[in-house]
Amino acid sequence: MAVVSIVVELKDQPGQLLRVVEPISRLGGNILSVVHQRDKKTPLGRIPVEVSLQIDEKKVEELIEAIKGVEIIVRSYNKIRLLATTSIMLIGHIVHTDLSDTINSIDKTGFAEVVDMHISMPHLNEPSTAMVTVSATGKEKLREAIELMREVCRRKSILMIEPLNEEQI
Amino acid sequence: MIKIAILGFGAVGQGVAEILADRERIERWIGRYEVVAVADSKGSIYSEDGISLKNAIEAKKMGNLPEGKSTMEIIEEMDFDVAIEATPTNIDTGEPGLTHIKACLNKGSHVITSNKGPLVVAYRELAEIAERKKVRLAFEATIGGAMPLIKLAKRDLAGNEITSIKGILNGTCNYILSRMEQERLSYNQILGEAKELRIAEANVSYDVEGIDSAAKLVILANAVMGMNATFSDVEIVGITSITPEAFEIAMEKGYTIRLIAEASREGLRVSPRLVPLHHPLAVRGTFNAVLIQTDLAKEVFVIGRGAGKIETASAIISDLIDIYGDRTY
Ligand SMILES: NC(=O)c1ccc[n+]([C@@H]2O[C@H](COP(=O)([O-])OP(=O)(O)OC[C@H]3O[C@@H](n4cnc5c(N)ncnc54)[C@H](OP(=O)(O)O)[C@@H]3O)[C@@H](O)[C@H]2O)c1
Repeated sequence: MAVVSIVVELKDQPGQLLRVVEPISRLGGNILSVVHQRDKKTPLGRIPVEVSLQIDEKKVEELIEAIKGVEIIVRSYNKIRLLATTSIMLIGHIVHTDLSDTINSIDKTGFAEVVDMHISMPHLNEPSTAMVTVSATGKEKLREAIELMREVCRRKSILMIEPLNEEQI
Repeated sequence: MIKIAILGFGAVGQGVAEILADRERIERWIGRYEVVAVADSKGSIYSEDGISLKNAIEAKKMGNLPEGKSTMEIIEEMDFDVAIEATPTNIDTGEPGLTHIKACLNKGSHVITSNKGPLVVAYRELAEIAERKKVRLAFEATIGGAMPLIKLAKRDLAGNEITSIKGILNGTCNYILSRMEQERLSYNQILGEAKELRIAEANVSYDVEGIDSAAKLVILANAVMGMNATFSDVEIVGITSITPEAFEIAMEKGYTIRLIAEASREGLRVSPRLVPLHHPLAVRGTFNAVLIQTDLAKEVFVIGRGAGKIETASAIISDLIDIYGDRTY
């Protein structure tokens, strides 16, 4: 699954949004948010509406075509954003063992990247602690990325603390 | 009349004896009973007609029990219906408990134990002997002390498939981690405090290296999840290298850190994990807590005291009543 954000231009009439929603649900998409940008009305009186949705990556093109097919102007749609995110903690000689190489092992996968990091190094030559936020294109890929990180940490004798799988409780 | 033998007369064995001495409490559940023998590593007190528990506890205060029958002689020569095995844990060999339990089951006695060793080493074998001899092997006390878990999973969740078990199975580790979280002191400072409070024993590595949790996880996996796991199947990471800063940084993202034992189809692991602050497993102090995930009941959460003389004895008593009590409660 991927998150896509589509900006369409709708006539200021009732029932317009429905024409966008219909193909989304037909293709198994899941709408996350709808924002009417009334303050950005076009010269022809259309209202830009940003629809964020979750949909099978492979169906994005088909969806855009379907929306265009019902004569709705698609102004833009963004590149697929990273969907699954998690934090992991690293403890040990993180800096001495080539931090950028550790991060790189995730970034070079193409499906995941380190999007945030916070390091605390209280004393020279003492173990440091870092919280690393990793994002990936989907849950499976995120698991793969974490598995990769686990390997790297094992090799470098860094303690890696993973989150508990976060069920909704 | 139920005849009971207590093998191992340390904290837990004596705790059981103290509760059994309160006949009024116990007899309304299981009727008449007598303890016919108590044994420690050096000696024993025994009588086919039943011994005085008060005298036995007094005698033990003086040091070792009088030289008499050895534990094996008691098992081989005396008549009893149920053995309470509470000798020290050895997760490599399971001994001396393993030999005791096998001999008791083989002669047709039920066994109730708080000793993880024999179950970690030979759960399958022991369960098979018990089944063949039509006796019960009960071990609620091996995991989570007084916290109900084994009977909860096997009986109260009957009909469910347990898909995962995640939990805090070692109170010492949980005490250390939750104190580090609150005080932002180093592992060694808090460990010192735990030793002073006698929450941590002198030989603490068994706890903090995750070995104790892993042993309990193996028992859970085999006994309630139907796995065929051994100790070496558990991936184990302890808590000794966690820094005080770790809690500070984790907190910024809404997490704390706990030593979590997890059994699922993906395998068995004991490791420090980031636990969301609002998660039920983010418990503090010496508590144990377990989150069971099943297909029908979904999530079930239990929390309770994971150790202690009387707490552990409570789990043994509950097994005894489970075997003999009429189930019309
Ligand atoms: N304490 C807890 O909170 C707790 C909680 C859960 C599970 N457990 C488990 O329960 C068991 C007992 O724990 P505990 O705290 O009571 O330990 P403990 O105080 O060390 O008592 C162990 C007892 O076993 C006796 N023993 C040793 N070898 C023996 C043998 N061959 N035959 C007969 N007795 C023998 C010892 O004899 P001596 O007195 O002569 O040394 C002692 O009386 C252990 O397996 C432990 O892991 C304990």
